[in-house]
Amino acid sequence: MTTTATNRDSMLAKIAELDAEHAKAVAGGGARSVDRHHARGKLMPRERIELLVDPGSAFLELSPLAGWGSDFTVGASVVTGIGVVEGVECMITANDPSVKGGASNPWTVKKIFRASQIAEENRLPTIALVESGGADLPTQKEIFIPGGKLFRDITRSSAAKVPTVAIVFGNSTAGGAYVPGMSDYTVMVRQQAKVFLGGPPLVKMATGEESDDESLGGAEMHARVSGLADYLAEDEHDALRIGRRIVARLNRGRGASDTNVQARPLFAEPAEDPEELLDLIPTDLKEPFDPRRVIAHLADGVGAGNDAVFDEFKPLYGPSLVTGWARIHGHQVGILANAQGVLFSEEAQKATQFIQLANQVDCPLLFLHNTTGYMVGKDYEQGGIIKHGAQMLNAVSNSTVPHLSVIMGASYGAGNYGMNGRAFDPRFLFTWPSAKSAVMGPAQLAGVLSIVARAAAEAKGAEYDDAADAGMREFVEASVEEQSLPFFLSGMLYDDGVIDPRDTRTVLGICLSVITANRPVEGTGRFGVFRM
Amino acid sequence: MIQRLLVANRGEIARRVFATCRRLGIETVAVHSESDAGLPFVREADVAVLLSGHTPAETYLRGDLVLDAARRAGADAVHPGYGFLSENAEFAQSVIEAGLTWVGPTPESIREMGSKIRAKELMRQAGVPVLEAPQQPTDADLPLLVKASAGGGGRGMRVVRSLVALPKEVAAAEAEAASAFGDGTVFVEPYVEHGRHVEVQVLGHSEGVLVLGERDCSLQRRHQKVVEEAPAPCLPDTTRAALHAAACSAAEAIGYRGAGTVEFLYDPEADRFFFLEMNTRLQVEHPVTEAVFGVDLVELQLVVAEGRVPGLAGSSATSAHDSQPVGHAIEVRLYAEDPAADYQPQSGTLHTLEVPGVDACFGALDAPGLRVDAGYESGDAVSTHYDAMLAKVICWAPTREQAARRLASALAKARIHGVPTNRDQLVAALRDEDFLAGRVGTDFLERRPALSASSAPDPVLLGFVAAVSLAERDRQSRARQQSVPVAWRNVVSQPQRTVLEVPGAEGDDLVAEWYGGRQGYRHAHRDDLVVVAASPTSVLCEVAGVRSRWDVRTVDDDGAARVLYLDGPDGSTTLREVPRFTDPADVVAQGSLLAPMPGTVIAVPAEEGSSVRAGQPVLVLEAMKMQHTISAPTDGVVGDLVAVGAQVAAGDVLAVVHPHPDPDRTDPARPEDHPREGDQQDRPAGGDQA
Repeated sequence: MTTTATNRDSMLAKIAELDAEHAKAVAGGGARSVDRHHARGKLMPRERIELLVDPGSAFLELSPLAGWGSDFTVGASVVTGIGVVEGVECMITANDPSVKGGASNPWTVKKIFRASQIAEENRLPTIALVESGGADLPTQKEIFIPGGKLFRDITRSSAAKVPTVAIVFGNSTAGGAYVPGMSDYTVMVRQQAKVFLGGPPLVKMATGEESDDESLGGAEMHARVSGLADYLAEDEHDALRIGRRIVARLNRGRGASDTNVQARPLFAEPAEDPEELLDLIPTDLKEPFDPRRVIAHLADGVGAGNDAVFDEFKPLYGPSLVTGWARIHGHQVGILANAQGVLFSEEAQKATQFIQLANQVDCPLLFLHNTTGYMVGKDYEQGGIIKHGAQMLNAVSNSTVPHLSVIMGASYGAGNYGMNGRAFDPRFLFTWPSAKSAVMGPAQLAGVLSIVARAAAEAKGAEYDDAADAGMREFVEASVEEQSLPFFLSGMLYDDGVIDPRDTRTVLGICLSVITANRPVEGTGRFGVFRM
Repeated sequence: MIQRLLVANRGEIARRVFATCRRLGIETVAVHSESDAGLPFVREADVAVLLSGHTPAETYLRGDLVLDAARRAGADAVHPGYGFLSENAEFAQSVIEAGLTWVGPTPESIREMGSKIRAKELMRQAGVPVLEAPQQPTDADLPLLVKASAGGGGRGMRVVRSLVALPKEVAAAEAEAASAFGDGTVFVEPYVEHGRHVEVQVLGHSEGVLVLGERDCSLQRRHQKVVEEAPAPCLPDTTRAALHAAACSAAEAIGYRGAGTVEFLYDPEADRFFFLEMNTRLQVEHPVTEAVFGVDLVELQLVVAEGRVPGLAGSSATSAHDSQPVGHAIEVRLYAEDPAADYQPQSGTLHTLEVPGVDACFGALDAPGLRVDAGYESGDAVSTHYDAMLAKVICWAPTREQAARRLASALAKARIHGVPTNRDQLVAALRDEDFLAGRVGTDFLERRPALSASSAPDPVLLGFVAAVSLAERDRQSRARQQSVPVAWRNVVSQPQRTVLEVPGAEGDDLVAEWYGGRQGYRHAHRDDLVVVAASPTSVLCEVAGVRSRWDVRTVDDDGAARVLYLDGPDGSTTLREVPRFTDPADVVAQGSLLAPMPGTVIAVPAEEGSSVRAGQPVLVLEAMKMQHTISAPTDGVVGDLVAVGAQVAAGDVLAVVHPHPDPDRTDPARPEDHPREGDQQDRPAGGDQA
């Protein structure tokens, strides 16, 4: 058994690593590049965002580790996240011009796609803080064709009555010109914004015309001549000021007449100090932990309108999965949390029923992962584990209430699917530094490969090389281990970010606020609840 | 018997007289200017009559209008308060001629004492020592004091330290006296350098003169009293008796009726005194006498005005004939002024005026305690037209030290928001070692400039407290994510930045950099500052293990820049939030001259389009009875000049000094001379020009 002290030390070490990776994203193109940018009187993307959002409001950065483990800078030369501007929750994207001029690489594109998916699902207005040199040409094959979706998303958002704002701080040329081009509102910074399809050299080559940046795409020209710029900003501060005024007039925020801005939910601080979450999670994921204790740290405590922290549903049936109701920041949620790792038929059926119950009462669901997957073995196969697992996947897939997922520990095999893994489109999915996710555990995977290889050798009558087998197992185990770690998965955009467990309640609170801000929570009504 | 009394005055003295009237069953009539219509004295009167106009000359100094008001309101008596018409013999005469009871001395007494030259003559005849002015002053007679004969309250007084300057100062004093009192007569007398101001309260009636002890009013600034006490400290008994006798003979010499004060200059080094003048009215500082003698001087005035003898049956004011003062009382005058800026009067909305532990208002204390006579209440506007005194705070205690201690503490803990005051200076004076030892003098404050310097606590702490309270305020007004920790970030890139400024020191920004999030508020650079608890109105802060609570009152100024009033155990401070953004359309042009306070433009020496040198006067603004010369900050050409007579608000552009078009003649403007524009300071640290 591990002790709370070692659990804590181990988690703190992982959080320190996370902070170091985040610092890489913040550092962008490095001190020299940042200094050069500042020397031109320009702000870094996060400085722009800090000025854009309401003072003292929260900013939930999404996919900050995008591109981790790739050749590109951590963060993928763009910042995306949800911030509150003039009382309106907005999706904010900001190119990082200190990283290769803000050029988009394949991870940049994936990250922006994810941001626009979140914006679409939650009907969030988008504010793009644009300064990008265009596509990273060596990887254009991965960007150019799929990248068009970026522009398509902007105008589809507009058509869906979710406004889009582009504030252009610098280069936004060629394809990038369509970001301001497609947006509902466009602000350009005097002497800085440069928006054209082709620059002077290309124009010279194409038509022989002599031209310059200002006449082809300067802010002044677009504001006075082409009309592409709706607002001409004096400087970056002014641009952000104008951006805030635009959002203030979207008829959404404080005092908006025809939006369903609901009363602020009542809430109580959790019964347990979230700080203690660090003590709770064993260093070795083989050791199960009681998710009810995690819930006590995440959910609202007893208080106004909340007489119990957690009302557990079906506690005696399928005890390896805990289901029940709680409140987080005043929002009721249904929670599914793995208790002993394995999902048996009973757990799958209990989950299925519970998901249907949440849909019946239009209540969002929270999945807390610590699963090694569905049980295998003769008895279980014969008992219909596939059918029951399929019921759970069916319920998860067709549930229409918003889902949130937090991978606390293990998330292996089909358990990842059943617990609403990335492929099942939870509205948000966050990972703790303690998490691991793969088709199966690294040792099991290596062992399986070994058994299969040995069987193949035996079938051919060949001698099995035990030394080579040991080497293979070691290599496979190590590489699967690495690929199942949170930074790697987050780098692949398989989550929305790795978070400090102590911030989970805050992250969920922001997500629930965002989910409920612009559209009602509506469960599916195709069938009555099937008893399981 | 008086049935309905009109007070020909305003503010706290009107309230003071009304309070006694209410107790005695006398109905009350207020007269008020347009600017004063919202003040408490108007509300408290049974009947109020508007005098059209704003300035004293249009309103409170217009005896004819006041009399007309008395007639229309059915008043049968007039109390003049102090200042305004209180020592105007013609007015007193017209009140009497109109058949009304005049609560004051006879017009003859007023006239005789009103001329200071004549008063001295009378006193000399009565055997009272007077301060003689040499006919042909020499260097040996310096310093000298030039005084307006008709003046009062320190106005029209000038200390002259060189004979060369004397004619100029006399001329200036004459001009000032002529405009302020309508009488340009001035006189010159020796100036006793470390003298004390000691005055004796008398009450003349049909059967004699009652002496109600003396007061020391030495603590003055600009020749106006700010701290007064009774009895006078460190005064030999024989001198005290001699003062009382001199005052009594002064009053008897003119058959004085009513409350009056005989003022003396006391030279403690030589233990001698000189008659200065006699004030034929109730004094501002009368409450200290009321406290130690347990009398109501306004009631005594009314008794005398009704022709009765104080102390006889029918008056609740018992005889103070033989009574000795009990304990010690100190009064401070709380002024809306800036001691650090030559006591420049201040105006604005007095958002809060609260003194803790008040035992009485406008009336004698029946036990040692705290009394407040205030002309204003929280929320009232302090205008530029009148005297800037907000309130008098009086403490009566068994001993002088106890009175000073309690008074200082009450002032320090008072909540005064909206206009700068002399509070800090008063507190410092009351805690000053020399003051406590009784070593006072009229030059006390002048010799201690440190007392007028505001002793603001650690600015980093103040900025942090202000930032935290603003953040809490923002959090409470948040429609979304209200329950999420303030300024939470999952990826931390930089601290939050709250930019504040001290009103009056714009451009000198106080930047608070802090982090929010799960662990609460943390200062970005000072680990020793710990926020224990925070709300929009209070921040509990711990600095190196010492916990203190700051109360914060936040007021929206024009809806954008919020003004914060911070009150903590070590002082009070006002800060204004510098908005994150400035609309370029609102930015004032470089070289703009802004009005330092609301007022009227009375002269424009510079011409539109003319060249001026740095320091050359461009225009003159009159505000709060004072003239402020606005000079060119740099060489340049004057433009956008406002016209003479224009009423301007604080911050209005009065003129713009454009740099000379000829670059060779351009004197590069020093940045501090310019109003801030574009808020460069507002940017995150990383955003500054490298």
